[in-house]
Amino acid sequence: MGGSVRIATTVNGQAHEHDVEPRLLLVQYLREVVGLTGTKIGCDTSSCGACTVLVDGESVKSCTMLAAQADGSEITTIEGLAQGDELHPVQAAFHDQHALQCGFCTAGMVMATVSLLDEIPSPTERDVRLGLEGNLCRCTGYHNIVQAVLAAAGTSR
Amino acid sequence: MIPAPFDYLRAGSADEAIAALAEHGDDAKLLAGGMSLLPLMKLRLATPSVLVDVGRVHELSYIRDAGDHLAVGALTRHRDLEISDVLAAQCEPLRTVASEVGDNQVRHRGTIGGSVSHGDPASDLPALLLALDATFVVQGPDGERTVPATDFFRGFLETALEPDELLTEIRVPKSPGAGFSYQKFQRRAQDWAIVGAMAVRDGDTRVALVNMATTPLRAVAVEEAIAGGASATEAAERAAEGTEPSGDINATPEYREHLVRVLVRRALEAASA
Repeated sequence: MGGSVRIATTVNGQAHEHDVEPRLLLVQYLREVVGLTGTKIGCDTSSCGACTVLVDGESVKSCTMLAAQADGSEITTIEGLAQGDELHPVQAAFHDQHALQCGFCTAGMVMATVSLLDEIPSPTERDVRLGLEGNLCRCTGYHNIVQAVLAAAGTSR
Repeated sequence: MIPAPFDYLRAGSADEAIAALAEHGDDAKLLAGGMSLLPLMKLRLATPSVLVDVGRVHELSYIRDAGDHLAVGALTRHRDLEISDVLAAQCEPLRTVASEVGDNQVRHRGTIGGSVSHGDPASDLPALLLALDATFVVQGPDGERTVPATDFFRGFLETALEPDELLTEIRVPKSPGAGFSYQKFQRRAQDWAIVGAMAVRDGDTRVALVNMATTPLRAVAVEEAIAGGASATEAAERAAEGTEPSGDINATPEYREHLVRVLVRRALEAASA
């Protein structure tokens, strides 16, 4: 039992093919097989959102998805957002608004924000708070995070 | 946390999934979005030896107007329910409750059929489908059968589904303009309900409870009281009748019984407003 499954993924625009154990979680695949450690493992129980990545453009918690389920998908991690030295607008807004302290939740927050702004391009503050309910930050009290998301959306007040 | 080893099969259709279940029997488990099953497997509370992934059975992802009811494919994701114009017009309670399941990331993966098949008394959608008098379409090796929601939830994480059957469709009566309220009591936004109460009022009043027993259940005593002319406040006093809430880190059984009376009153009032 166990064996392996062949999966093909595109991670941050780069094609990959690997034989993986069926029980390999997507987050382990990204960190240990593909070698992208920007995605963090926080609670490992689908609560904290630190492991959030985009699968086919939508935010998911990569600790609660099998790598095998991502076969054929396009995956975007925090490493895939910046264009060379130029930060993605959401990354830039988090920097400008000082939307982090320890930074552990930040990669997940940023990825959840990219997905949220794709679904709601001009969110209200309430939309932002509800939209990020799956991401926990234990340092900031969320104020600057919410400001950063609104700034990134161009709707900061 | 890593699940115990298992063999992974991907089904391309409902028939393939049923054939795989027939072949592997009790050792197999269906994987839809995985939002309930994968956490259980990571904790090793579930250790299926074969996982049949139905996540790509796209033929079971749809929301259709079927005349007197709406037909929702079992693999329709919460996100798809949340943004459905058909639901907004014909069954707003289903759209609303889907939008309150978990968080965005969970709603991007989780499916209505997965939630129903898991049958967790703390889940939002099973209780709602009880309140809506939904019907479930189930497919097995011998064909198709339908099960009313009121006969479906049998015990803790136990449903009327046989090990070789697949839930394929959820049928909900149209309820345009029905009064509705879901009172979900939780400590954090993304949490499960510590207790939840929902009321649908469309001439009839139907009330369903979340996390008040080993299964989702209807508040029959409350419904009878309302039918007999009681006010919301009077009827809600009977909300804990017939319930068997458990105690856990969040609440004692007594506290849940208190909460359910308050939440049912609020749901009845909000649903009539």
